[in-house]
Amino acid sequence: MNVAISNSSDKPIYQQIFEQISAQILKGELESGYVLPPIRQAAQELRVSIITVKKAWEELEHSGLIHTVTGKGCFVADFTPDQILQLRNDMVQGQMATDASYYKSFGLTIDEVIELLKKVY
Amino acid sequence: MLSLDVKQVSKKYDTFELKEVSFQLEKGYIMGFIGANGAGKTTTIKLILNMIRIDSGEVQILGKNIAEHELELKQIIGCAFGDVEFYSRSKIKTLTDVIKRFYKNWNDDTYYSYLRRFKLDENKKISQLSTGMKVKYNLALALSHGAKLLILDEPTSGLDPVARDNLLEIFQELVSEGEISILFSTHITTDLEKCADFITFIENGRIVKSAEKEEFVASYRLLNGKENQLNEVKDKLISYKKNSFGFTGLIHAEDFDPGLEINAVIPSLEEIMIYFAKKEAMYV
Repeated sequence: MNVAISNSSDKPIYQQIFEQISAQILKGELESGYVLPPIRQAAQELRVSIITVKKAWEELEHSGLIHTVTGKGCFVADFTPDQILQLRNDMVQGQMATDASYYKSFGLTIDEVIELLKKVY
Repeated sequence: MLSLDVKQVSKKYDTFELKEVSFQLEKGYIMGFIGANGAGKTTTIKLILNMIRIDSGEVQILGKNIAEHELELKQIIGCAFGDVEFYSRSKIKTLTDVIKRFYKNWNDDTYYSYLRRFKLDENKKISQLSTGMKVKYNLALALSHGAKLLILDEPTSGLDPVARDNLLEIFQELVSEGEISILFSTHITTDLEKCADFITFIENGRIVKSAEKEEFVASYRLLNGKENQLNEVKDKLISYKKNSFGFTGLIHAEDFDPGLEINAVIPSLEEIMIYFAKKEAMYV
């Protein structure tokens, strides 16, 4: 599991942790059944507060990416390929919504955006 | 379980008043206690430790009233006030030998392991220690008697960035088992951005807010707008600064109407402190 935290980012730290881990789960880098480190240990290693990690883990659980077994820890959940696809699309769309509002602020039409996107993709 | 429960504590002096101070610290977490110089941080800490008599209110540590169970509770509290100002011409060894007698659960093995870890030479005199070393010596003493609650007054001020980082790492390690809780006051807010779970902010003898760190900063917005927009929000701002580019001001998140086209971001702890201090200045 890889997590790199940036202090200069505008995103809250728990959000950064959540996004990075969920991306790794959705890309299949973390397989189902993978055990996440205990919250307090992760906080110590990442040098962030305990509640920050707790929040990130809660978000992951809320999105259905991990499940908690009391006394045993947090595990990456089981998914069918359809579910993975669904979750991945949700995440990508979330990012697109943010980006879209940025493009709209310049008055670009969708066709113009697609043209520009083709150039950089 | 609550490690520390401060309930409606008040204390009146001729020129300063601490008014109905309340906050709670859960076991196994770190709380940062912030406020400008003279806001009442040290007074609050002294009241918690029963070093000053409370006018009204109550302080409970691990469920017990400090005024009634002082001797018992002091066995499980470790405190450090930045400096060691007593017996500064004696060696560490001599001073420790005096202090350890007060504690029933003193553990020499733990003590020596911290001395090694902190690179403290017990044959050095207190007066020869740097500020950072004194803090570490204090911590070594606090940790060697099995303290469950550490109350530290400005432990990081006067330390260089490397030593501060070092100390914060130790704090996180201490709470990682979930048994020890730490309350530390500071005005270096960057120390807290990462390691603190809870923030309690005191201003002019009153608690402005005590909450989880992320909830704490998220309850404010820092606005950045054009000068002509200032009037739309002026009444609701905690305080603001005006310049030729527009204005910046702090507002409670619930008072801010996102419909207004004013740039709003979540402030840093430092910005919150600064704008609150500015508010005081505006009405004086």
